[in-house]
Amino acid sequence: MTHPFTLGPAHLIALPSGALHWPHENLLIVSDLHLGKSERLARRGGALLPPYETRATLQKLDDDIEATAARRILCLGDSFDDLTAADNLSEDDRLWLTRLMAGRDWTWVQGNHDAGPAAIGGSHRAEIALGGLAFRHIATAQTPEISGHYHPKSHLPGRTAPCFLIDAARVIMPAYGASTGGLWCDHPDLAALMQPRALAILTGRRCLARPMHG
Amino acid sequence: MGNRPHVDFAFVGLPIFPYPAPMLPSPLTTWFQTQGWTLHPHQLDMLDRAQNPSTLLIAPTGGGKTLAGFLPSLAELSQPCKGLHTLYISPLKALTADIRRNLRRPVEGAGLPIRIEDRTGDTTYTQRRRQRTDPPHILLTTPESLALLLSYEDAPRIFAGLQRVIIDEIHALAESKRGDQLMLQIARLETLSPGLRRVGLSATVEDPPALARFLGPETQILLADPGPDPDIRMLVTREPPPWSGGGGKYAIPAILEQVKAHKITLIFHNTRAQAEIFFHNLWLANEDLLPIGIHHGSLSREQRERVEQAMVAGSLRAVVCTGSLDLGIDWGDVDLVIQVGAPKNVKRLVQRIGRANHRYNAPSKALLVPANRFEVVECQAALEAVRAHALDGDPRGPGPRDVLCQHILATACAGPFDATHLYTEVTQAGPYATLTRPDFDACLDFVATGGYALRAYDRWQRLMIREGKWTLRDPRAAALIRQNLGTIIDIETLKVRLKNASLLGEIEEGFAATLTPGDTFLIGGEVVRFDGLREMTVQVSRAPGRPPRVAVFNGTKFATSTQLSHRILTLFQQPDWPDLPAHTAHWLQLQRDTSRLPEPDRLLLESFPQDGHEHLCIYGFAGRNAQQTLGLLITKAMEDQGLAPLGFVATDYATLIWGLEPVTDAAPLFDLATLRQGVETWLAGNAVMKRSFRNVALIAGLIERANQGRRKSGRQATFSSDILYDTLRRYDPDHLLLNITHEEAMRGLVDFARIEELLTRIGPRIDLIRLPHVTPLAAPLFLEPGVVPIHGAARDRLAEDAARRLLREAGLD
Repeated sequence: MTHPFTLGPAHLIALPSGALHWPHENLLIVSDLHLGKSERLARRGGALLPPYETRATLQKLDDDIEATAARRILCLGDSFDDLTAADNLSEDDRLWLTRLMAGRDWTWVQGNHDAGPAAIGGSHRAEIALGGLAFRHIATAQTPEISGHYHPKSHLPGRTAPCFLIDAARVIMPAYGASTGGLWCDHPDLAALMQPRALAILTGRRCLARPMHG
Repeated sequence: MGNRPHVDFAFVGLPIFPYPAPMLPSPLTTWFQTQGWTLHPHQLDMLDRAQNPSTLLIAPTGGGKTLAGFLPSLAELSQPCKGLHTLYISPLKALTADIRRNLRRPVEGAGLPIRIEDRTGDTTYTQRRRQRTDPPHILLTTPESLALLLSYEDAPRIFAGLQRVIIDEIHALAESKRGDQLMLQIARLETLSPGLRRVGLSATVEDPPALARFLGPETQILLADPGPDPDIRMLVTREPPPWSGGGGKYAIPAILEQVKAHKITLIFHNTRAQAEIFFHNLWLANEDLLPIGIHHGSLSREQRERVEQAMVAGSLRAVVCTGSLDLGIDWGDVDLVIQVGAPKNVKRLVQRIGRANHRYNAPSKALLVPANRFEVVECQAALEAVRAHALDGDPRGPGPRDVLCQHILATACAGPFDATHLYTEVTQAGPYATLTRPDFDACLDFVATGGYALRAYDRWQRLMIREGKWTLRDPRAAALIRQNLGTIIDIETLKVRLKNASLLGEIEEGFAATLTPGDTFLIGGEVVRFDGLREMTVQVSRAPGRPPRVAVFNGTKFATSTQLSHRILTLFQQPDWPDLPAHTAHWLQLQRDTSRLPEPDRLLLESFPQDGHEHLCIYGFAGRNAQQTLGLLITKAMEDQGLAPLGFVATDYATLIWGLEPVTDAAPLFDLATLRQGVETWLAGNAVMKRSFRNVALIAGLIERANQGRRKSGRQATFSSDILYDTLRRYDPDHLLLNITHEEAMRGLVDFARIEELLTRIGPRIDLIRLPHVTPLAAPLFLEPGVVPIHGAARDRLAEDAARRLLREAGLD
C-alpha cells in the first residue's frame, strides 16, 4: 500500500494519498495543496469550477493526519492558490483548517503562489532544515532535500497518476490538492533534476513504483 | 468546370431548359452559353423560389446543389450592392476554399461586381480584421468561424444587411452538435437582420420534414430528381470471409482486380485502425505496384493533402479511406466505391455510394465486402434496404443544453443581452423550438454562477445583471471564451514523430499509454517501433517487416442502426436463403438445426458450457454500445446473484458472458426497472460516463481546451475532468452538467434507449435455451477482440505486473 524508503538519515514512507510520513519525527509532509484554486480562477474571470476542491483536499488531509497521528505538519508551498484565496476561504473551510491545526506544530513553507504569510496561523518559513534534510518549495542543488512545485505525474498501463520522484539525494512531492494538473515526469526540467536510477511512485489506491526514466 | 469536373458545379447532362433562364442576369446567361452549360430543373426552381423565407434542397451528389444555392445570390448581386449579402456555411474548411475558386470563375467570366471571400481558422489575422471592417458580398465560412464572428461586439454592424444564408451538407451538420450550434447562430442572425432567407442543401435523407424543421419553421422542401438507382452488389470471392474480425484481408486479391478494372476506386473502412491494417496488407499484395494511397483523420495534414492532390491530378488508382472522405470535395473521376465491413447504417452507405460517378443521371457503382461471416447477412440486409429506398436514421432528441450554455456565453461576449429576448430568439432555432423557460434559465444560471448548490461565486459571477441586462463581469474574459468556442471535441492525441522529427500522424493518448518501448504499430501504412514518450510526443523509428500490433485510433465505432438490425432479424425468418452465398446460408441452417435463429419480437438466450466455463449468449441486436452496456449491467446482476461472471464481449448483435455458474433463470436479469437502477447507481462511475462528461464540460465552458502551447509550457493548466466529475457526483449530484451528461450517455455511448426499446418490444418473450456446447451463431463471438474483464481489481493487477516487470528490467527491484 505504502512505499517506505530512506533519504540520507531519514526513514520515510510515501503514502498513496500523496503525503509523506516521517514516523521518527512524527511529521506529515504535504505539498501544493492549492486551497482556494477554484475561487481564484473565478475571481480572475475564468471558468466557474466546482467549488468543492478545498473541502475534498481538507478531507484527505484530515484522514491522513488521523491515520498517522502526526503531531507536526509541514506544507511545502503553494498551500493556497494565492494569498487572496487564503483570505477568501469559506467560513466552513477556515474552521475545518483551524481545527486541524489546533494542538499541532504546523509550518507553512512559502511557494511561488503564496509568497508571504497568510492570515491563518502556524509558522511561515521560506525553507527549513530538519533532521539532516532540507525542505523547500522548489528544488535546489543543496541536498538531501524534499521539495514540491512541479506536480509530477507518470503512467503505467491503465493508470495515470500524480507521483513522488525519489532518488538518493532528493524527493519531489506530488501535488496533494484535489483537481490540480500535472507535469509529465519525462519533462526536461524534471529529468535534469533526478538521477538516472530515480523512481516514480504513483499515488492512488496504493503506491506503485516504476523507474522514472524510460 | 473546366478540365476538373466538380461535384456541385456539374452542368453535365442533356439541355433541359432553353436559355435564357428566368431571372438570371444576362452577362451570366451569356457566359453559361459560351461554356455550353445548361441548368438542371432544380437549379431553376431555386431561382423561382428566391424569395422563400426558407428552402431545403435535397439532391443527389453531382446534382449541382451548391450552384443551385448560389444562383439567386448571383442574380441579386448583379446589381451594385454594399456590404454582406450572402453567408455560405460548410462543415469542411477545405470546401470553402474550393467553392470560392469555383464560384469566382462564372462571376469573373461574366464580369459581375461580386466580392467573394472565405473565412476559416486558416485565414490570416489581417484578412480577418479587414473582413470585419469591410465584409465581402459573399462570405464562405464554417460554423466555428461564424460562432467567433458573432461573438464580436461589431457583429450587429457586420450582419445588418445580410440577405441570404446557405448551409451546405446540412444533413451532415444536423447529425452533430455543430448543427445545433449553427442553428442557434442562424436565429441570432435573424435577429440582426430580420427577413433573412435560409437555404439548406442536403444529400438524400430518410426524413426530409424533420430536416426542414431543423432549418426553420417555414421551410419548403425542394426534391431534385434522385437520378438512377445505384449499381450495388456484394463482392463475391473464392475464399469465404473469416468467422470473425474485421478488415477484409481475405478479399484483397478480388479488390485489387476491381481496382485494375476501374479508373479510381475509393475503398471505405469503418475505422482508422482497419484502414491502416488493410492498407498495409494491400501493399504486400500489390504486385503490379498500382498507385494506391491512404486518407484518414489521424494522418498529418501534409500527408492528407498529398493524397488529395494526387487524386485530383489523376495519379492514384485507389484510396483507402474512412469517413474523412464522406463529404463534399470532388476527388477526381471516381468510378467505383468499395465498402469494406458492414455499412452499419443504410443512409451513410447510400451517401458513400454517391461518391462514385459524379455525373448526374449516371448510376453510381458500389461493392460491399463483408469482413466476416455475420457481416454477409448484414450486407445482404443493407442491399435490400438500398433497393427498397429505405433509409434509416435515429431521430435526434431536442437541442443539447451544453451547446446552449456555450451559446449564451458567446452571446455575452458580443454585448449585454436581455434574458427574455434571448430565450425567444433561441426557441426560433429548430432544435430548441421546444426548450422550456426553466431549462433555459438553468443554463443561464450555470453560465452566470456555475449553478452549484453551494453558492460560492456570488462575488465572482461570470455574468451579472447591469442595467437590466446580462453582461460579462470581467470583459477580459471574452478572449478566453472565444478561444474555447466550438463543439468539435478533439480526443487527447499525441503526435507521432520519427527520430529526424518528421511527423507521421497522431495517436490517442490512451493508446500511447499502453505502449512499451519495442512495441510496433501501424501508422500511415508503415510499421513503426515505439522508442519512448518524450514531452507529449511519441518517438518512433521505422521497423519494416516487423509484425505490427494494432493501432487503436479514436475511429468512431458506429452501432448498427435499428432498421438494419430489424432487417437482419426478418431475414433470419426466411425458410431458406437463396440470395446469400452458400457458406453463409449453410451456417444459418446449422444454427436453426442445433438451436434457434433470433426473432424480431423475442429475445433469444443460449446457455452452454465451453472451455471449462459457463456461457450466456444474449442476441439483443441492439447495436454495439447497447450490447456493451447490457454486458456491464447483466454481469453486475450475475455477480450479485453469485453466478461469478469472469468477463464478456459485445458486438452489434450479441453479448457473450462467461463465468463459473450457469444462468438458469433469465427473467430477473432482464428486469427493466433493475437495469435502469443499475445505470443510475454504479454505472454512473463508469469510464464511458466520464468521457461523456468531459465532452459536455468542454462544450458548456466548465473546462478549457488544452491547447498545444499551454500543454507544452506545462503545469497545473489542465484539470482532470475525471476528478471534476467525481467531485460533482459526490458534492453536487443534481448539478446541471451531470444531468446533461446522463442524458447524452443514455442516447450515445451507453445507449440505454435501445435497451429500453428492446425490452419493451419483447415483453415477457425471453427464450433461454440450454445446449451441450457452443452454437454456430455464438462461435464467432469467441474470436472477438475487446474482451471486458469484469473483476474490478483487474486494473490494479495489470499495473502492478507491469510495474514489477519494469523495475526488474531496469535492475531496480
